[in-house]
Amino acid sequence: MLQEESDLSLVIAQIVQKLKGSNLYAQLERQAWASLQRPEIKLQSLKEDIKEFFKISGWEKKLQNAVYSELSVFPLPSHPAAPPEHLKEPLVYMRKAQGSWEKRILKSLNSMCTELSIPLARKRPVGEQKELLNKWNEMGTDEPDLSLFRPVYAPKDFLEVLINLRNPNYENGDSLSFRTHLGLIQVPLKVKDIPELKEFFVELGLTTGQLGIDDSTQVPPELFENEHVRIGQKVLAEQDSAAAQQYIRQGSPTALRAELWALILNISSQPEDILYYEQLKTNVIQHDLLVDSLIYKDVKLTASNDDYYFVFEDYLYQVLLCFSRDTSVLGHFAYNSASPPKSYIRGKLGLEEYAVFYPPNGVIPFHGFSMYVAPLCFLYHEPSKLYQIFREMYVRFFFRLHSISSHPSGIVSLCLLFETLLQTYLPQLFYHLREIGAQPLRISFKWMVRAFSGYLATDQLLLLWDRILGYNSLEILAVLAAAVFAFRAVNLMEVTSLAAAEAVLADLSTLKVMPLLQIFLFATVT
Amino acid sequence: MSRVSVPCHVKGTVALQVGDVRTSQGRPGVLVIDVTFPSVAPFELQEIMFKNYYTAFLSIRVRQHTSTHTPPKWVTCLRDYCLMPDPHSEEGAQEYISLFKHQMLCDMAKVLELRLILRQPSPLWVSFTVEELQIYQQGPKSPSMTFPKWLSHPVPCEQPAPLIEGLPDPSRVSSEVQQMWALTEMIRASHTSTRIGRFDVDGCYDLNLLSYT
Repeated sequence: MLQEESDLSLVIAQIVQKLKGSNLYAQLERQAWASLQRPEIKLQSLKEDIKEFFKISGWEKKLQNAVYSELSVFPLPSHPAAPPEHLKEPLVYMRKAQGSWEKRILKSLNSMCTELSIPLARKRPVGEQKELLNKWNEMGTDEPDLSLFRPVYAPKDFLEVLINLRNPNYENGDSLSFRTHLGLIQVPLKVKDIPELKEFFVELGLTTGQLGIDDSTQVPPELFENEHVRIGQKVLAEQDSAAAQQYIRQGSPTALRAELWALILNISSQPEDILYYEQLKTNVIQHDLLVDSLIYKDVKLTASNDDYYFVFEDYLYQVLLCFSRDTSVLGHFAYNSASPPKSYIRGKLGLEEYAVFYPPNGVIPFHGFSMYVAPLCFLYHEPSKLYQIFREMYVRFFFRLHSISSHPSGIVSLCLLFETLLQTYLPQLFYHLREIGAQPLRISFKWMVRAFSGYLATDQLLLLWDRILGYNSLEILAVLAAAVFAFRAVNLMEVTSLAAAEAVLADLSTLKVMPLLQIFLFATVT
Repeated sequence: MSRVSVPCHVKGTVALQVGDVRTSQGRPGVLVIDVTFPSVAPFELQEIMFKNYYTAFLSIRVRQHTSTHTPPKWVTCLRDYCLMPDPHSEEGAQEYISLFKHQMLCDMAKVLELRLILRQPSPLWVSFTVEELQIYQQGPKSPSMTFPKWLSHPVPCEQPAPLIEGLPDPSRVSSEVQQMWALTEMIRASHTSTRIGRFDVDGCYDLNLLSYT
């Protein structure tokens, strides 16, 4: 009991410390000062009266949402003796693997820098600044010469690193034994099996209504859809984050989705946020980074070529360029196994006062990074709100998809979950694919790293991302990947090469995700 | 509560195995670590802290000082404490753990020696142990002060002087003032650790190459 109480007070102290620096704290303070004018606030019972006022005026709800948001994002405080690296990643060998992977990325970026003789960062001359400011809303029309640039890494490079991940204390042995994993991932992380997944995703069950299934044209809307929309409107009126998160597990009506996501991510567009975005824009105008060219290249290669997203090209630049300058993103490295790259001001190598992070947000984009932003453009049209939503989605979920960690939502666990599900429930298919040299993970990895963005139709993708927000976990990506394989199993059993298997699974744009997930989790005979 | 580290001597781990070590396949699944306290008198154990390394279950036996002339016996104070919920997977494998006095099965008043029995039934792991073992005893209590006589033996209450009309009750006023003082103290003590948001150094962001350290 004693231990639980001290754990709880530690959590409370941490959350209070975090919230003290936020806008909400300043607003609450202002409201409290303003409320002193009110007649019902008496000096004798100041604390109680102000608390009562907050409850009635809805400020307590905002505070509740902020606390809930902190609890969802941050891991529980670990043991007091644990060093900060332990919070980032408890397993030592994974930390080391992440460290060497990062070193490779840095070397690649440095060599690109020296080969092309382009500085990592430079201040733009005034003329160029004016030009960029004028062109801000149509940066897509620019056609800079990006032929010499290459992406720092692609998902398949990252997959090779994960395949070679080994625990030195794990008895692998040279010969195949019960210890060897049949898939590509060879580390024994704990992943859920189908009974545990059924319990975790209970709201996706056969007897619960789902948007994506029960709102199709054949189903009369009185059965489920109308009531669900009505409840959604009520949740929005109450402005309760936790209720919204629970509600969205059954999917979000298109009209309410933008507001629901903002509520769950605890994003409200205050004037300060718009001002912050404008500040980032000024930073983009003033300094030119090498990373900008990587972003340009990535957008041109991926989103601009996509039938659904090419219209949003300008938005993508506006979001991603500002994202690179945002130092508030550095906060997420406390619970991310990755670390931001460091550099020194020219001529001051080794002096700590001149050490800076590069890029300012510590995140080096890879091939396909812009696809994290593209689907959000369907929901938000105001650049600063779009920016905030993307940033929050990144520091809650997307960062886990490209860093090596043992977290249940980390990409390593997702890969292992996918392989384990396939082996357990489709053993013949798994064996067949393995025999022909088409390890299933080689095909599904790129889907999971991008959270299926660019592979599914947009409305289906948004239904999937509804569930990511609702369950606060990325495990659904691995389950969907396995469900897709299960759906196309008959065709896959007939292929005889990796290329043919890729061809069968090349086009996912006609798939409906919710029926696939439901069938795989709840209706497959095991 | 304050605690003080007790210097301990951790003897080498002894593997318990049935049969001949050389000829039998497989690795030992039980290890025993003896912890003695050569330079310290029998003390009251407050906390045991360590970093796990792939140990699945932990049992602790303790030998305590007895006042009678009987030799001290080994008593189990923790039985099969689970450190890894699934011994075959990595969950809990490298966590920092603290075990407190109130979790023990017996009183830990006069500890002479400890014996940690580590079990790892899974054959998947090459080795297992616990690291960074630290034992803590109760820290010194705040020194007792002698209070002046009038503080510890207050005189019986006299009848309070009758309240003057129109003035508030003094005890209520004092409690309210106390509350407000506490609030101002809290505000004064609070500070935040938010970043300012500048990524450059004095307006300059002219960089060398990325550093590898």
